[in-house]
Amino acid sequence: MSKGVLVDVTRCVGCGSCVVACKMWNDLKYTKEIPAIGKDARLAAENWTVVNKVEVKKGRKSAWRFVKQQCLHCEEPACASACFSRAIQKTGSGPVVYDAKLCVGCRYCMLACPFNIPKYEWDKTFPRVRKCQMCAGRVEKGETPACVGVCPAGALTYGEREDLIRQAREKINGNSGYIKHIYGEKEAGGTSWLYISDVPFEVLGFRTNVTTRPLPGYSESILRLTPAVGLGWGAVLTGLYVYNRRRNEIAREEKGNNKANKRK
Amino acid sequence: MAVKSNWSFRMTPTRYFLAGLSVLALMLMAYRLVFGLGAATNLNDEWPWGLWIGFDVLTGVALAGGGYSTCLLVHVLRIKKFNSIARSAMLTSLIGYLLVMAGLFMDIGRWFNFWRPFVSWGYHSVLFEVFWCVSLYTMIQLLEFGEVATEKVQKSWHGLFKKIMPVLFIIGIVLPTLHQSSLGSLYVIEVGKLYPLWWSMLLPAFFLMSSFFVGPAMVTVETFLGARAHGHKPDLDVLQSMIKISGYLMAVYLVLKVIDLFYRGAAGLVFRGNLEGNMFLLEMVAGVIIPLIICFTPKLRTSKGGLLAFSVLVVAGVVLNRMNVVFTGMAGSMGGFYFPSLLEWGVSIGLVATGVLVYLFIVENFNILPQQHYSAAPLVREKKAVKHTA
Repeated sequence: MSKGVLVDVTRCVGCGSCVVACKMWNDLKYTKEIPAIGKDARLAAENWTVVNKVEVKKGRKSAWRFVKQQCLHCEEPACASACFSRAIQKTGSGPVVYDAKLCVGCRYCMLACPFNIPKYEWDKTFPRVRKCQMCAGRVEKGETPACVGVCPAGALTYGEREDLIRQAREKINGNSGYIKHIYGEKEAGGTSWLYISDVPFEVLGFRTNVTTRPLPGYSESILRLTPAVGLGWGAVLTGLYVYNRRRNEIAREEKGNNKANKRK
Repeated sequence: MAVKSNWSFRMTPTRYFLAGLSVLALMLMAYRLVFGLGAATNLNDEWPWGLWIGFDVLTGVALAGGGYSTCLLVHVLRIKKFNSIARSAMLTSLIGYLLVMAGLFMDIGRWFNFWRPFVSWGYHSVLFEVFWCVSLYTMIQLLEFGEVATEKVQKSWHGLFKKIMPVLFIIGIVLPTLHQSSLGSLYVIEVGKLYPLWWSMLLPAFFLMSSFFVGPAMVTVETFLGARAHGHKPDLDVLQSMIKISGYLMAVYLVLKVIDLFYRGAAGLVFRGNLEGNMFLLEMVAGVIIPLIICFTPKLRTSKGGLLAFSVLVVAGVVLNRMNVVFTGMAGSMGGFYFPSLLEWGVSIGLVATGVLVYLFIVENFNILPQQHYSAAPLVREKKAVKHTA
C-alpha cells in the first residue's frame, strides 16, 4: 500500500507553515541567502521543501499562486535506479529515502532525477545528498508527514495514492476552474505526490515535458543486454583467437615444409 | 649513490616542467580531499558533474580506447603489421585508466566510501557496471603489463604471465566493450534533459564506436609525439593502414547518427543556428566528415600532414562529443552556471602531465617499442646528465 500526498494549489495561502514544520522535524538550518518562502525560494541542502510565490494572469487581473515544492517520491524513482551503492531506496509505504552510510557521493542521482530535486552539501568535506524523505519514520508509524500535519489551509491531503487520485479526479471534474490534469499521475511513470491546479502547470514552473514511461526502464532495457553481450562477445573473441592462432601455426608449418622441400 | 642501476630517466626542461605540474596537482588533490568538493571546485546543485567527470573520466576512458582496439587487431585478429605499436598503445591505455581512476576518486564526495559498490550492489545502475568494469579492466591491464615488466624485473614470473596472456586479452577486450558503451548508457536516463541532438537509445553504440575509432587516431598522435621526443621516424605505413580501419567505422558511425536523427525526428534541430545545433555541427563536420574525406583520399592519407590532421581532428571530435554530452547538451535543462575552478584545471592538467612522464619513463626502461634501440644511446646521455646535476 503506497501512501501519497495530494497538493491542491488553489487552496495554498503561502503561509509557509509546512516549511517551518519540515525544518523543525528534520533539524534543518535557516539561511537568508537561500530563502525557502517567496518568489526566490529554491530547494537546497537545508531546504527540503519550499513554497514558491508565482505571479500569474487570471483573466485580465494578475494573481498570486503558491506552489509547495519537494521531492515527488516517484513510484519508480530514477535516482534510486541510478544509485550504484543502493544508498537511495523506495520504501514499500511510498517514501524514497536516502542512507548516507552507503553513499559514495557520485551525484548521479542529482543528474538522473527528472525534476532536479536532490541537492548536495557543497560546503562539507564529506557531503550528503539532501532531499525530502517524506518523513519516512512518521509514515511508517501511520502518521502524516510533518508538513501535511500543520497545513492550516487544507492544501495538503495525505492518504493512499489510489484514493488521492480518485479524489483529485472528482475535484477537477466537479469544478470547471481546475486544469484537467493531475500532475504526478503519469509523470515519470507516476509519483507519490500529486498536484491539481487552476493555472496551467508550466506557468507554475512545473516541468511538463517529462516522459510518462518510468525512467529506470530506459537504462534497464540496455543493462539487460549486458550478460548476453559480454558472454557472446567473449565467445566470439575466443573463437577468433583460437582460429587465428591455428591459422598462423599452419602458415608457419607450411613455410617450414616448403623450405624443407626446396632443400631436398 | 654508486649502485649500478639499469634504470634511466633523463630529465629535460620539458620534463622538469611536467614534474612541476604533477607536484602541483598532488598538492591540489590533497587540498580537495581535506576541504571537500565545494571548497575546491565550482560544482553546484545545478552542475553536479563538471570537468573531472567530463574530461578526466568520460574523455579519458574514450581516448584510452586505443588499448583494447589495438589488442583486438593485434592479438585476436593477428594483423601482424600492427605488432610494432601494440605495446605502446596498450601502455597508454593502462596509464589512461590509472589517471581515470585518480580523477574519479577526486570527484566522489565521500571518498572514504569508494569501495561501497563492491559490497552494496546497485546492479540496476549503469554506473555500477561502469564501476566494476573499469576497476576490473584496470587490474587486467596491470596484469597484461606484467608480461612486459617481467622481462626486466621478477624474471622468473615471465613464463606464468605468458601463459595467462590469452585469457587477459579476451577479458581485456570484453570489459572495455561493455563499459565504453555503458558510459553512453549513463546518459540514457537523462531522457528529456539531454538535448535531443545527443540523447538517443543508441548512445551506448555511439560511445562504443567512437571509443574504437579514436583508438588509431590517438595511437598516431602519440606515435608522432613519441617520435619527436625520442628522435626517430614514425612508421607511416602502419599508421595509415590503422587509420583506414578507423575510417570505415567512422563512416558507419556517421550513417547511423544521421539515420538516428531522422528516426527520432531531431534532424531539424541541426541547422537551427542555436548553440546546441552549432556545436553538434562542429563536432560532426570537424570531427567526422573532414577526417573521413582525408581518410578516403589516398594522397592525403599517406602523407604525414594528412595523417596528423586526421588524427588530431578525430581526437578533438571525440573530446568535443563528450563535452557536448556533459555540458552543451545539459545546459538547457540544468540552468545555473559552471566553469571549472583553477584547482579543477590544475588537477586535470597535472594528471595528464603525470601520465606523460610515466609513459616516457616506461618506454625508456622497458621493451615497449621493439624496433627502436633505446638501451644504448640514451643511457649514456642519462649518466652524463646525472653527473651534471649532481
